[in-house]
Amino acid sequence: MSGTFPERTPQVTGELLSNRRVGAYHQLTFVAPDVAEVAEPGQFVAMAVGGDTSANLLRRCFSIHQVSPRDPDGGTVDIVVAARGAGTRWLTGLSAHDGVNIIGPLGRAFPLPEEPVAAVLVGGGYGSAPLFWLASILKERGCHVEMVLGAATTKRLFGVAEAGGAADGVTVTTDDGSTGVKGWVSDVLPDVIRRSQAGVVYGCGPMAMLRSITDVATAECAIAHVAVEESMACGVGVCMTCVMPVVGDDGLTRMVRSCVEGPTFRGDRVRWEAFDNGWCRVPEDALGAAAMRGH
Amino acid sequence: MADVTETVTTRDTTTVGATIDMSVDLAGMRLPNPLMTASGCAANGKELHRFFDIAELGAFVTKTVMRDPRSGRGTPRMAETPSGMLNSIGLQGPGIDVFVREDLAWLKSVGARVLASVAGSTAGEYAAVASVLSQSEAFDAVVGVEVNISCPNVANRGLVFACDPLASADVIALVREKLPRHIPIFAKLSPDVTDIVEIARACVEAGADGLTMINTLLGMVIDTDLLRPQVAGVTGGLSGPAIRPVAVRAIWQVRAAMLDGRIPMAPIIGVGGVRTGDDALQLVAAGASAIQVGTAIFNDPSAPIRVNRELAAALQDKGFARLSDAVGVAHTRLDQVR
Repeated sequence: MSGTFPERTPQVTGELLSNRRVGAYHQLTFVAPDVAEVAEPGQFVAMAVGGDTSANLLRRCFSIHQVSPRDPDGGTVDIVVAARGAGTRWLTGLSAHDGVNIIGPLGRAFPLPEEPVAAVLVGGGYGSAPLFWLASILKERGCHVEMVLGAATTKRLFGVAEAGGAADGVTVTTDDGSTGVKGWVSDVLPDVIRRSQAGVVYGCGPMAMLRSITDVATAECAIAHVAVEESMACGVGVCMTCVMPVVGDDGLTRMVRSCVEGPTFRGDRVRWEAFDNGWCRVPEDALGAAAMRGH
Repeated sequence: MADVTETVTTRDTTTVGATIDMSVDLAGMRLPNPLMTASGCAANGKELHRFFDIAELGAFVTKTVMRDPRSGRGTPRMAETPSGMLNSIGLQGPGIDVFVREDLAWLKSVGARVLASVAGSTAGEYAAVASVLSQSEAFDAVVGVEVNISCPNVANRGLVFACDPLASADVIALVREKLPRHIPIFAKLSPDVTDIVEIARACVEAGADGLTMINTLLGMVIDTDLLRPQVAGVTGGLSGPAIRPVAVRAIWQVRAAMLDGRIPMAPIIGVGGVRTGDDALQLVAAGASAIQVGTAIFNDPSAPIRVNRELAAALQDKGFARLSDAVGVAHTRLDQVR
């Protein structure tokens, strides 16, 4: 159950450089050079919300959308936020020059292919946030990159315009058909994988979508890497709340912390069947499950 | 650990350079400063060591370990609450054998002073865990043992040990037997009892060298979208600044009983909702000799070190030269309000 940790993880006060609306979301840019310099796609930041005396103690974790380590204002970090609760409303209500305590980068980045294989990057809603940065790194390595962006409706898509520049091909789906193909990302994914002969699929978004991405990728003989959005209290590995059942190299299932062992996992290692209706149960064969039957 | 006296030079006051003696002696457990992590809020050290040197803590309190590996409960495991949180983890952990071989060995390698937290589903399991711990190779990193008695007792229909003075005393006596005399043991008390002084008495009379107060309070949150319990375990432990007044009250009551001679005098480690040095000072003034920081770590990973600095500054502000002079001081000032 151990993650590997860097010697030091930066904890900084990031100055908000800009806060702009993008569809149903807000894109926030913070000056945080220590974070920007070492971050990789798939990693996340944990933000304190509400100031020093806030009644909302738990950190809010966001996938890093992009970094500009050499920005003239000092290295910057961008996140994409949906204002849904007290913490995200506080963040999206901030103005330029406000300071936010940021810890990061945290978690394991997406693994990158050794060879220049074709890749499909799939994002649900604003889960697509880290994929554009990932796309540019994959293209630098000579990979052909396809993107599939899906959401319930047009307003909930993130980065469709950006995708055109980041990827070699873009497919958009909406549940209501307001943009692109009417349906889910999993409806179009088999064809995109086949057409591009992709060997790897990267996905970010809700659990149910990550499960279907994994199923499709596996059926098409591609490897799926997914970044999960489990709720976290600390983001740094101490609270034990963001666990999920994942199969290890030894074939054993463990309840692992998505903040330190993830948030990126090989899709075929996740015990998807344990997730149901917003709850995740502990599989009976998981390490230490037997000891829980007492209480 | 030759030199255990530490003086903190406060940074943010006008009298730069003044020093406060922050050292503590908890039933023979001598520590350079009073700040500790709270069990279950700091994992087993590696995670926080990238934010500060955990050897700087008075002591590192490990996540409660039981005999066997435990997966913990399903998710969701937590809900944010006003100035706090509810958690239902289920004591996830590697089991005592892996703990001593990997976690305790690592803590020793970085020079941490370890207050090891142990538990069991039966009094015998507590003793078995303490026994493995005491025979482990890295045991010399252990400065004390905290007995987490807020565990369901399978022999008594799952009633937690901490709610029953006899069951609590059984556990403490058995653990005491398994550990060398120079290792003090601390019973961690639950506030969810009718009379916490009775439980404190049972533990101290059974051989606890000190008390840790308080564990979380049992609470529950309903998800109003789905109209069902928000955590998979249905109920959970409430922690954070919201429960600090309960900690202050419990420490006050037990310290008052000690001062009255109703129960034997024993050091109290205060825990519950501490976020700042001023919060820590409340627990100290009520009777705590040392302080643990728990949920505040989730907000600020280096909170224990910051609280130590802030507590030293607050003590200096009030004119104290030594932390020990402030322990329980509020009990001497009642005549000012009566």
